[in-house]
Amino acid sequence: MPDYQTFDHDVLVVGAGGAGLRAAIAASAAGAKVGLVCKSLLGKAHTVMAEGGVAAALANVDDRDSWRVHFADTMRGGQYLNNWRMAELHAREAPDRVRELEAWGALFDRTPDGRILQRNFGGHKYPRLAHVGDRTGLEMIRTLQDHAVYQGIDVHMECTLVRLLTDGGRVAGALGYDRERGRFRLFRCRAIVLATGGIGRAYSITSNSWEYTGDGQALAYGAGAALQDMEFVQFHPTGMIWPPSVRGILVTEGVRGEGGVLLNRQGKRFMFDDIPENYRNQTADNEEEGWRYTQGDKSARRPPELLTRDHVARSILREVREGRGSPHGGVFLDIAWIKRRLPQAREHIIKKLPSMYHQFKQLADIDITTTPMEVGPTTHYVMGGIRVDGDTQRSTLPGLFAAGECAAGLHGANRLGGNSLSDLLVFGKRAGEFAAAFAREHAGVTVDSGQVEDAVRCALAPFERGAGADGRGPYQVQQDLQTMMQELVGIVRTEPEMARALDGIARLAEQARQVGVAGNREYNPGWHTALDLPNLLTISEAVTRAAIERRESRGGHFREDFPEKDPTWGKFNIVVRRGSDGRMQLSREPIPPLPAELAAIIEEQK
Amino acid sequence: MATETLKPDLADTGASEELEPPHRQPDPPATATFRVWRGDREGGQLVDYTTSVSPGMVVLDAIHQIQADQANDLAVRWNCKAGKCGSCSAEVNGMPKLMCMTRLSELPLEKPVTVEPMRSFPPVKDLVTDVSWNFRVKTRIKPFRPRAPDAADGTWRMTQPDVDRVQEFRKCIECFLCQDVCHVLRDHQLQEEFIGPRFLVHVAALEMHPLDVEDRVADLRRAHGIGYCNITKCCTQVCPEHITITDNAIIPLKERVVDEFFDPLGRVLKVFSRGGKA
Repeated sequence: MPDYQTFDHDVLVVGAGGAGLRAAIAASAAGAKVGLVCKSLLGKAHTVMAEGGVAAALANVDDRDSWRVHFADTMRGGQYLNNWRMAELHAREAPDRVRELEAWGALFDRTPDGRILQRNFGGHKYPRLAHVGDRTGLEMIRTLQDHAVYQGIDVHMECTLVRLLTDGGRVAGALGYDRERGRFRLFRCRAIVLATGGIGRAYSITSNSWEYTGDGQALAYGAGAALQDMEFVQFHPTGMIWPPSVRGILVTEGVRGEGGVLLNRQGKRFMFDDIPENYRNQTADNEEEGWRYTQGDKSARRPPELLTRDHVARSILREVREGRGSPHGGVFLDIAWIKRRLPQAREHIIKKLPSMYHQFKQLADIDITTTPMEVGPTTHYVMGGIRVDGDTQRSTLPGLFAAGECAAGLHGANRLGGNSLSDLLVFGKRAGEFAAAFAREHAGVTVDSGQVEDAVRCALAPFERGAGADGRGPYQVQQDLQTMMQELVGIVRTEPEMARALDGIARLAEQARQVGVAGNREYNPGWHTALDLPNLLTISEAVTRAAIERRESRGGHFREDFPEKDPTWGKFNIVVRRGSDGRMQLSREPIPPLPAELAAIIEEQK
Repeated sequence: MATETLKPDLADTGASEELEPPHRQPDPPATATFRVWRGDREGGQLVDYTTSVSPGMVVLDAIHQIQADQANDLAVRWNCKAGKCGSCSAEVNGMPKLMCMTRLSELPLEKPVTVEPMRSFPPVKDLVTDVSWNFRVKTRIKPFRPRAPDAADGTWRMTQPDVDRVQEFRKCIECFLCQDVCHVLRDHQLQEEFIGPRFLVHVAALEMHPLDVEDRVADLRRAHGIGYCNITKCCTQVCPEHITITDNAIIPLKERVVDEFFDPLGRVLKVFSRGGKA
């Protein structure tokens, strides 16, 4: 008798953040029998933490905005490595996806004439982010969750996949375990949508929770699908840095959107010191103009604090390295100063940034309405991920689709703030629809019991080895990996350091194979961490190898040994696949030429 | 290029020349003892763990240290570690709290800090409880149903004050601490008859939603058991999002139930003005 329960679905959606929920809703609406698997409880996924807003060219606040401007902004932000078809679809469809949320009960902040209000954000030319104070992600995930639970979707909460199963080069199902009892579940299905989010737990300073261990990317890679752009990791410029226990927790870009400024130890607004050439025309060259921009003056250009995240993060690092940092190794983010400009500044800050106010008050004893925050970069997002087709979100493995952060393409070399929430709506819906269509159009598949048994055996191996002896614990191996990736494959990279990282990954992979766990299978986080390790190691290797390969600096990828952007490299994505010998193989895949219409838009928006 | 430098206001920081952040907390002791409930569905006991303490630590950090160094299989839920997801609910020194937002500096560390699971829900393992009842309850509540769009393009118009009123309820992070502390659920175990404060807040968010046209008042009285709440306000006190659960959500809903079922004049008037809802 097999030691697992079996569930049959047409479409299995993995992950219940925004992308997974939206995909499940879409697949269900298309008539598919849908299963939804998530590592945590419903409504706890990372989407809940998104603060600033969802980018969509509704043009409610500035009627000069349109999908064309949004498209051009996204491409510029991504340094033109983006999958331009995704960037186009995203810009065109995001407004409908946002309005649809309103039809499902979401309540965004309003303009004076009662429409959805939009705010400024880094890299967006016009105020574009629909938002709810600074808890937009909560509003979105709750709206999707509360809509999804009435759609007849089978939800498997606190369930983690360990293997994708294939049949003749097609997806046939997946094997997972439930956290509560540690029992295995076999999911048989015709199509899978991966919506598992990011890889932030590969780093020690991160805004990501325990869940973000690159499961989707690693599962897809293990099943033979291609990954791309893995060298592009976004370090958000403003994470909390003090006290130590909150290091990495996000401080929303919305603080800067509302007029917050970055200052070094000397009180200097250092972001004016280095404005990249391709943003010079759009950036204020004095403080007065920057302030007017944040207050809605349409004739003003945005302040340099709202340059793209990669640039702001590097500027902060420069200040720290050159000895102008704050006492705990960051810089100051000051919103309190606006009291010199606004009569009701304190009330205004609390109204616009309530959870930031609360977070600093509670966790750092700081009142942000009177005192500058100390901030520094934190690992936030991976632009790379599973290589997908722009229209359908299908991966290179038939039957396997991906959406949201775990998919690659939309963001190119750097993601604009606000574009992830719109990403997951637009491409979650598309992935769900095309997965349902795939399931409808393709005959059933057979699950190979040999694959299932092998996956079960591998998953139980840590218990066979047991804890203690000479093996190291899963948490120690994970922490060593995080520290190493932070030091050697972080914001500023060099080839010798990354070569050391590869050696380190190989050594830690060997240790991971020896990790043993104590206790039984019921809700055992030590075991869960042990099973996450191979995923973390796989994606860490992919990030490192791709980062070594790309001998230039672009977007989220900065090479100290190749500090300039090289136009030759702008023509390729780096793609990672598992070779037939089991080793990781890299290739350069040329980016298809832009259609004339899209090229014209980019030109006119320059 | 800007030349003026902008100094933040230093009056509050106490700094003179250079910017220094204020950290007023005193140095905490180097270690503290945590008395953690370890067990499963069958039962369990409190187990003491001593771990190191660093500035700014929260209870969840201590649990994570213990998990990493001393008890790899210690079960605990968490996600965001910033008070936004509502996963790490527990009872700290007997008080329902989010562990990620409970600073050690707020607790007397000279004696052991007890950390126990929420007691209103069946234990699963250690600090993890079976909260699945909550997810089932939600599906019994009639979903959002909007009025026809206001504009030809399928959109609606709403004013900020109308939205603000409901946004208070939509701040809920579903940590279920209110459910944990509600005596109707905790002491009387009326889970079958009463949906609890979390879902009364959810109903309030729907009923007061500017666009919603569904009517849930009859359900409130019967299926949702609003009458069981006798307004002790325990739920409001423990809400980490500071939602005024009782005054702003439950009492107005109770008034609607009274208007609908116990007010004879109101009932007559309703016969003539049926169609929309308040």
